[in-house]
Amino acid sequence: MTTIWVILSVVADLVFWFAVGPHMPPGRLTETAINNQKTFNVLLVLALPVLIGVWVYLGYAATVWSAKHKDAPESVGGEAARTNRKAQVWWIVITSVVVLFLAGYGSYAVVVEHGSGGGEGPNPVWTPQGAVKAELAAQSGTAQWAPGEDKPLVVQVIGQQWKFTYRYPAFGGFESAQLILPAHATIVFNVTSLDVIHSFWAYQLSVKADANPQVNDVAYTETKQTGNFTVRCSELCGIWHGSMFNYGKVVSQSDFEQWATSTESANAANTKNLPPFAWTYVPDANGTAGGLYPDGTVTPYSPSEVYGSKTPAS
Amino acid sequence: MTISAERPTQVVASSVAPPAKRGRKWTQRPGWLSQHLGMAIVGAILGYIVGHWFGNYVSSSYPYIANSGSNAIANTLGLSVGVLGWLLGIGALNYPLAKLIGREGREDAPVEGWSKYFRYTLDHKVVGMQYVVGVLLFLFTGGILAMAIRTELLNPTTHVFSADTYIKIVSEHGTIMMMMATSIVVGPLGNYLVPLMIGARRMAFPRIEAFSFWIFVAGYMVIFSALPYGGFPTGWTGYAPLQTQAGAGMVSYLLGFAVIGLGMMAAGFNIAVTIINYRAPGMSWSRLPIFVWSILATAALLTLATPVLFAGGLFGLLDKTVQTAFYVNEHGGSSYLWQNLFWFFGHPEVYIMALPGFGIVGEIMPVFTRKPLFAYKVAAAGMIGVALLSFFVWQHHLFQSGINPDMRPLFMLTTELISIPTGFIFLVGMGSLYKAKIRFEVPMLFCMALFFNFLIGGVTGVFLSDVPVNVTVHGGFFVLSHFHYTIMGGLLFAFMAGLYFWLPKMTGRMMNSRIGKWHFWTMFVFFNLTFFPMFVIGLLGQPRRVFTYATNLQGLNDFSSVSAFLLGASFLLFFANLMWSMFISPVKAPANPWDSLGLEWQTANPVPLYNFERIPVVMTDPYRYSEPGAPAFADLGEGASSSASTAGSSQA
Repeated sequence: MTTIWVILSVVADLVFWFAVGPHMPPGRLTETAINNQKTFNVLLVLALPVLIGVWVYLGYAATVWSAKHKDAPESVGGEAARTNRKAQVWWIVITSVVVLFLAGYGSYAVVVEHGSGGGEGPNPVWTPQGAVKAELAAQSGTAQWAPGEDKPLVVQVIGQQWKFTYRYPAFGGFESAQLILPAHATIVFNVTSLDVIHSFWAYQLSVKADANPQVNDVAYTETKQTGNFTVRCSELCGIWHGSMFNYGKVVSQSDFEQWATSTESANAANTKNLPPFAWTYVPDANGTAGGLYPDGTVTPYSPSEVYGSKTPAS
Repeated sequence: MTISAERPTQVVASSVAPPAKRGRKWTQRPGWLSQHLGMAIVGAILGYIVGHWFGNYVSSSYPYIANSGSNAIANTLGLSVGVLGWLLGIGALNYPLAKLIGREGREDAPVEGWSKYFRYTLDHKVVGMQYVVGVLLFLFTGGILAMAIRTELLNPTTHVFSADTYIKIVSEHGTIMMMMATSIVVGPLGNYLVPLMIGARRMAFPRIEAFSFWIFVAGYMVIFSALPYGGFPTGWTGYAPLQTQAGAGMVSYLLGFAVIGLGMMAAGFNIAVTIINYRAPGMSWSRLPIFVWSILATAALLTLATPVLFAGGLFGLLDKTVQTAFYVNEHGGSSYLWQNLFWFFGHPEVYIMALPGFGIVGEIMPVFTRKPLFAYKVAAAGMIGVALLSFFVWQHHLFQSGINPDMRPLFMLTTELISIPTGFIFLVGMGSLYKAKIRFEVPMLFCMALFFNFLIGGVTGVFLSDVPVNVTVHGGFFVLSHFHYTIMGGLLFAFMAGLYFWLPKMTGRMMNSRIGKWHFWTMFVFFNLTFFPMFVIGLLGQPRRVFTYATNLQGLNDFSSVSAFLLGASFLLFFANLMWSMFISPVKAPANPWDSLGLEWQTANPVPLYNFERIPVVMTDPYRYSEPGAPAFADLGEGASSSASTAGSSQA
């Protein structure tokens, strides 16, 4: 039984690690994707022997120790069948070691990868270099981004029922339905929502951050190559949740700058009507977007906090 | 050894009270007004009408509510007073109300025959049987909705339902199944078996126990009432602000949680007290059957975690009715509050749905391996460990939510730590199989399947607890498959094992083992074929609860759907077996068909009203199989039934 287990485990692990692993989601488009893929593969390589071990044992028990099997052993009761100190201690030690290793490894990955692409709330603890500076610049309206400068690019993701839009504070704060990103750059996503909770899931970028109303949820990634990716909402947000997706592109830095500047000027007239760039927005309670008091007989609760309020509410 | 078999307390006394004399006083009800299911339905309808009218009356001068199309106050009051009417109609409140006005509560003599199953009754065995029917009804409703979901997902672009209907089906399926699963073992098997297993004559609080069942049924109807109200679009998680935004059906969801929560608290409280205080002489903690340990851990979770859900539901109701702002960000509340309250209940809840399954397999396996349970103390420690740790992991549901991001390593650690006590259960199971002569009867097959399925569910749980992997799989079909593997693959398989194993005791009729094996194999194979592809679907990027999905995933989704239909068919096989074996062609069950040493098999069959002629004295630990010369598990005294002596001799 042990031999079967060892052989099957080694074969399965090798096949997985070399043949399947490099193709596992979320792919290799960004630094976070590469690392999250690696973590997944490490976990699966550890999990396969466990799965195979239990399955082989169950299969062995079901055939050899079955009452129908001609050489089935007679069950023996008594103290020896009730406990086996050695087996128990080893079992507990091994599971504990594996578990503690996994927790340590996972924590290390989260810290080193600046949250591994997950949403880190308004005040992230683990930030890539320059990200805080870029955020402050975006907030004060002085953000700049140019190819080759190696500065993080701040992008705001706004979720609403049922679409995502993106604002680029480094380019006048224009809002676009397209998410275009430069390659080989650190991206700082600031995710928020105008209505219910959505979740910004850029699958191939390996970024996932909940879009909470009036909360700025920050997530980081670093693009490694050009390519396409899908954005989906991964938190139930109402009836068209399944249709809340669009596509994005990672392009070369110069292509990105060209797209951004041309969109900035093309959208200039619209951008003027947008609320000033802020981390969170509260839709106007009397507005057409549908506030909390749609019949309009009640005064807005807090007239200063309307869509585009300069003060972050969180 | 002499046994002091003093008859416990008043309930026994009242039961032996002579039947009521003919000719009644004006204070006594005539027969047609006696309290049963029919009166409960009448009470619920009247209560609903009165409550709804009153709700409309008090809120009529508020134009916002009056003009909003649906009056949440009227709906809430209608449903609440409906539940109250239901409880009054069934008679669940007679005793407390009588006490309130200073009278002694009057006990009806126990009713004989079929009609007792439609009444408020203080016999834990009747309540257990009522729960069997109740949870199966619940399960079937949820199952039909699951079939509807898989039908819709057959094609990414051609739709069977509208997006609106679909999301309501998904939400209703999730809510019904989750609420059913919290009670599926504790309700039927816990209530029926725990007193028998610990050698008690009754539950500690029979009125609370009966109350828990009848309010469970009321809660089911409240949750189901969401559909006629137009459903709710939030899934079973009910996140605010979507919750705040949702229409009239949301009231049913929130109130349903609160109502069922009351039942869960009552059930857990009663069972925990019973186990702690009503054990027979000699039934020390180290002799407690492992199933009772699992029910004790579950009962503790039910009692401690459910109040949070209850409060959360009430906050939501206040938001919907009197315009408070617990979950409304704009008005100073926080949608994170709901997420925290919900998952602070929700994660212990998933262990409410796992632990009884572990208990069932731990209880059943020794019978079929004819060996003692391996590492009994480790098993009990594992259950207690899981129960304790389950309160410290809830934020792993919120890794990407932006709440407490710096706490992620901590919650990753606590979540992964839970796999150590869960691993104990595997140690116990595999150790029990070791070099045994295993009889593969139907219950044993289901036990083996639990280990197969729960292993996959557990291992993928470790994946989910790892933050970097969570970024890839959170909110997708991977999670969906993971928790179906643990709840359905674990708990439901264990429940089936328990039904096949204990129904002969509970009903005196054997389940047909041939159809049972067909049922097992179809359920096992198609369960795995349904849910395993969902791991792949999830990894390939399909979020949960979607109406449309990427066209390249259609093949996998169709495979899963077709398997799901066949899985549904295997449940029809189960119901066919149930009908056949219980009603159409019943075969009388032997007193102890599986040769178990368990105390529950050693009372007479059918079980007398007070379970044991004499309170048994427990002599040793419960699993001394294949041990020549071992003492009998319990001494049942002079009144021991013949079945007890048969079981006692079979252990040599």
